[in-house]
Amino acid sequence: MAEPILEFDDVDIRYRTDGDDVRAVNGASFAIDEGDYFGLVGESGCGKSTIADSIVGGLDDNGEVVSGEIRFKGEQIQDYSESEFNENVRWKEVSVIPQSSMNSLDPVMKLSEQAVEMAKYHTDLSRPAALDRLRELFDVVGLSESRISDYPHQFSGGMQQRAIIAFALFLQPSLIIADEPTTALDVIMQDQIMDYINGLKDDWDVSMLLITHDISLVFENCDSMAVMHGGQIAETGTVDDVFDRPRHPYAILLQNAFPDVRFPDRELAVIDGHPPQLRDEVDFCTFADRCPWAEPACREGAPPATPVAGDDDHLAWCVRAGEMSELAANHLERSTESTSILEGGQ
Amino acid sequence: MSDGAPVLELRSLEKHFDTTSGITETIRNRLVGEGPKLVRAVDDLNLTLAENQVQGVIGESGCGKTTLLRTIIGLYDPTGGEMRFHGRPTSEFTKDEWKEFRRHVQIVFQDPFNSLDPKFSVRRTLAEPLEIHGIDYDRTDIEEMLESVGLTPASQYIQQFPNQLSGGEKQRVAIARALITEPDVILADEPASMLDVSTQAEILNLLNELTDEFGVSMVYISHDLSTVSYICDHINVMYLGRIVEKAPTRALLADPKHPYTQALIRSIPIPDPHYDREQATIGGEPGDPIDMPEGCRFKNRCPERMDVCDETPLDVAPDGDGDREVACHLYYDHEERAGAEPKPAASDGGERP
Repeated sequence: MAEPILEFDDVDIRYRTDGDDVRAVNGASFAIDEGDYFGLVGESGCGKSTIADSIVGGLDDNGEVVSGEIRFKGEQIQDYSESEFNENVRWKEVSVIPQSSMNSLDPVMKLSEQAVEMAKYHTDLSRPAALDRLRELFDVVGLSESRISDYPHQFSGGMQQRAIIAFALFLQPSLIIADEPTTALDVIMQDQIMDYINGLKDDWDVSMLLITHDISLVFENCDSMAVMHGGQIAETGTVDDVFDRPRHPYAILLQNAFPDVRFPDRELAVIDGHPPQLRDEVDFCTFADRCPWAEPACREGAPPATPVAGDDDHLAWCVRAGEMSELAANHLERSTESTSILEGGQ
Repeated sequence: MSDGAPVLELRSLEKHFDTTSGITETIRNRLVGEGPKLVRAVDDLNLTLAENQVQGVIGESGCGKTTLLRTIIGLYDPTGGEMRFHGRPTSEFTKDEWKEFRRHVQIVFQDPFNSLDPKFSVRRTLAEPLEIHGIDYDRTDIEEMLESVGLTPASQYIQQFPNQLSGGEKQRVAIARALITEPDVILADEPASMLDVSTQAEILNLLNELTDEFGVSMVYISHDLSTVSYICDHINVMYLGRIVEKAPTRALLADPKHPYTQALIRSIPIPDPHYDREQATIGGEPGDPIDMPEGCRFKNRCPERMDVCDETPLDVAPDGDGDREVACHLYYDHEERAGAEPKPAASDGGERP
């Protein structure tokens, strides 16, 4: 079994405000094994980007990890200072592919200059060596080497996103955080970018944290995953675990709400209501108000991590996880009766 | 309705934008004898919307689908072609008829966070169109409409302002606002794309029910084929201003004909880790709508490219299937058609032999 490269152990993250604090992440625990691609799925506001920010010390000024441990390669990093993050984590070990590449490249600087600057601060590469490296990486992501001295605006959205991937690889990080890397792109371009991201797995020694609202990207590209709702992790396990045996009601309903082009006649599940505001202490299941199977116990304490089928790597944070296979039997029946309509055309 | 004419019919509709900026450029163009540079956002587009039908239009960003919507609603004047509403060309409309048209053709925008007036209560949001069109109403009418879009109890929602509503509730109000004038046609511009997955399902299901219940037709525009397939009877695939393929939804998904449609469908990620998706093989990005290639607009990305692709493809019925139409050289015998005019009047939506 590979060692975890990143571990979250019962982490709470809060944002201080003038009124009540916002408890953005509560009791989050998960682990990413070395070399694995890990998907973190959830709806907007569920805390998934806060988790990403906390790994590189990028929380807003009023945000703070108030308890729990974040370990990177076994080392606790939750209390690192700015300079410690710069020294030990950012870029060199962990790099980020942000959502909107259009805003994350410096518009008045040639891409080559941006690479040289990065090399200057983090490595002892000479200028020609840095440019060589960038050329090599442009090749990896399918951009023409001759374009390294272009300005960002000369690139289309998809090309900018590929340039960002090249930058993310520049210092050979061991973990890449991709925060909605394809959300701004059209489906054909998304497919190409995900292909490049997937290809990295073979040639680079790198792990990935893929943050997205799109559960299909996670199922296609990741090894393991976590589903988040309202600041809590609902379920974590391998993608096969979560697909074949989801045991948290949200993980179950989310999958049924997701359109699948293979089955256009299937009724989409609807999840009523919305997540709570998280202004008070979160000592309850944040999905309880939306859950068709909630019982009083769900509101009496934060749900415990329950191993599914005795597997300690597949956890559901639900008091009724053990009963779910019966309770949600209707929802767990996959559309095996209706066959995919795509097969015929291929 | 008037003698079986389709509710809405677009014939060779065209909307070009002039990119000439400023007088100097205009003069220079005159002197050099060049025409202005045009963005051909919508070009030779045919679409027939029958009663109770839901037509989907899908395409990547920049393919002209929003321009199409704005041209239909009358925000842009078409630069060519014809639009008919219940058989009458809109170009002949008087001012009063335009007003009437706008009552019967309503729009639901993509972004519910910006399309509702923040200072209007839900009651006023729904009353406004009724007042503009001089339709009598009372509070019950508004409450009933709110109930039918699932905002129950209506008496609770009617006083609220947009900032008190969630994204899904806002979009429901926007849908109620569109339905309250009893329109014939709803134009929906990606109404679910800004919403979270759980809410998106809610809005898609709602639109499905309402189009049946109120008997309205809908043009549903989106870039996301997987949501479109839940809601539309027919899908039109748009590429750089033209419709390259139209077919009933299931037929299109199960057996896409145009190489672009095939690529679109094969690029959709499937929410199933056990499914081994055959990936699309096309590269590149949509071209520039200003300098479009001669002939087929997709040819530079097309895996099936042939020499003949330098000529504009005809809209043909693949395999003789009258319900479908595809603009691709792969699907007809060129010699047989050699005598035919370069662009047949193939605008009557599948009625050709």
